[in-house]
Amino acid sequence: MKSLKALNHTLSNPEEALEILEEQLPNGKKSFQAHLQTIGLFPLKPTQIEIFQVNLGKMCNQVCKHCHVDAGPDRKEIMTRETMLECLRVITHETSIHTVDLTGGAPEMNPEFRWFVTEIRNARPDISILVRCNLTIILANPKYHDLPDFFKENRVEVVSSLPYFTALRTDSQRGDGVFEKSIEALKRLNAVGYGMEGTGLSLNLVYNPSGAFLPGAQDELEREFKKKLLDKFGVHFNSLFAITNIPISRFLDYLIRSENYESYMEKLIDAFNPSAAAGVMCRNTISIGWDGWLYDCDFNQMLEMKVDEKSSQHISKWDGNALLARDIKVNNHCFGCTAGAGSSCGGATA
Amino acid sequence: MKTYYNPEDLKKFGNITELQKAMGDKFFAYYAEVFKEGALTAREKSLIALAVAHAIQCPYCIDAYTSDTLEKGCDEEQMMEAVHVAAAIRGGASLVHGTQMMNKIKEITM
Repeated sequence: MKSLKALNHTLSNPEEALEILEEQLPNGKKSFQAHLQTIGLFPLKPTQIEIFQVNLGKMCNQVCKHCHVDAGPDRKEIMTRETMLECLRVITHETSIHTVDLTGGAPEMNPEFRWFVTEIRNARPDISILVRCNLTIILANPKYHDLPDFFKENRVEVVSSLPYFTALRTDSQRGDGVFEKSIEALKRLNAVGYGMEGTGLSLNLVYNPSGAFLPGAQDELEREFKKKLLDKFGVHFNSLFAITNIPISRFLDYLIRSENYESYMEKLIDAFNPSAAAGVMCRNTISIGWDGWLYDCDFNQMLEMKVDEKSSQHISKWDGNALLARDIKVNNHCFGCTAGAGSSCGGATA
Repeated sequence: MKTYYNPEDLKKFGNITELQKAMGDKFFAYYAEVFKEGALTAREKSLIALAVAHAIQCPYCIDAYTSDTLEKGCDEEQMMEAVHVAAAIRGGASLVHGTQMMNKIKEITM
């Protein structure tokens, strides 16, 4: 399977995706901006910059059907050491940042990944460093086999996607054989202490629905995942984050092809929750693209909606105070973060 | 083509209160109470609803509770087992009447 970009697909063009999102709202439904206006949250403003999410590149060893990054082996865009140095400068000096969230693609495939993690840990021993590890990368090549030890040495929290506790549902979304490899990788992480009680090494899983439906209650899903993964495979983990699929990129393509777009948008809009809107992750997060441009979140990044603060749109021009005063850019894909119990890179928000 | 069942009508379910508000409101309040987490989890209740939907062959309910069980994290195997429970009870309900037939046979034959 190739990326939308390699296929020259229309949805690889963010302008095309935004046009669909703006112009094809289900009949009678108001825009996300109008919903925010109704509850007095427009323009949406940041509360603080606490989470510094860095996209290390779009290169990945997997081609997941729902991927909002359109990542895959054919994507070559990755962050350079020069841009990482700019990020390090900000991480070191912005004391409000308590978490650095490393994502991709598969962030570990960036040749500077280990250098970057070590430097962040040296610069800020006090903060959380998260890596969004797709699990299979640990088995993909012998050079990655020691990643669990590397994570442990640098006190990195591991956050990994596992859409379901069966091969059928996981492989249908992430590719043939991914479930089996993911279980093996989870066992290797458990073996060095990740997800095990008393070690302080966090291993959190991400659940997202394998289709055009919303995630259920996070705590109930977590109970079910814990029981099934332990009983069937002897796998331990700490928490489950339930994440809603955002209607952009490959998931948007799936929704349109399967004729589920309208009903899915309707579900998201009908489930709009004002409490979730108040707690959206973009209010305390800044997202850095592989080339150093700044965005309100990873989804805006994929839609190429740069932050609405002209003086500080690139990491090299970072101005924390100006960014804190910015208006957060929204569009109708944002309904994905405000539906039901809310959704963020850390799971439910309301 | 016109059919008796239209999936779009499911969205209009709430409109039944237009013709009888008091009873409709009470029904929906009761419905919401029934499906809350209680001695049974919301997930268990959803699987029961899916099985009942098949037993009473309600297309609206089948659509609604297929989505709901998926959202609550049930897998395909669990969902199909729920349908088999409905089928077993329906099939059993027919077969158990075989005893009535057998009683009658005894009654009227030599």
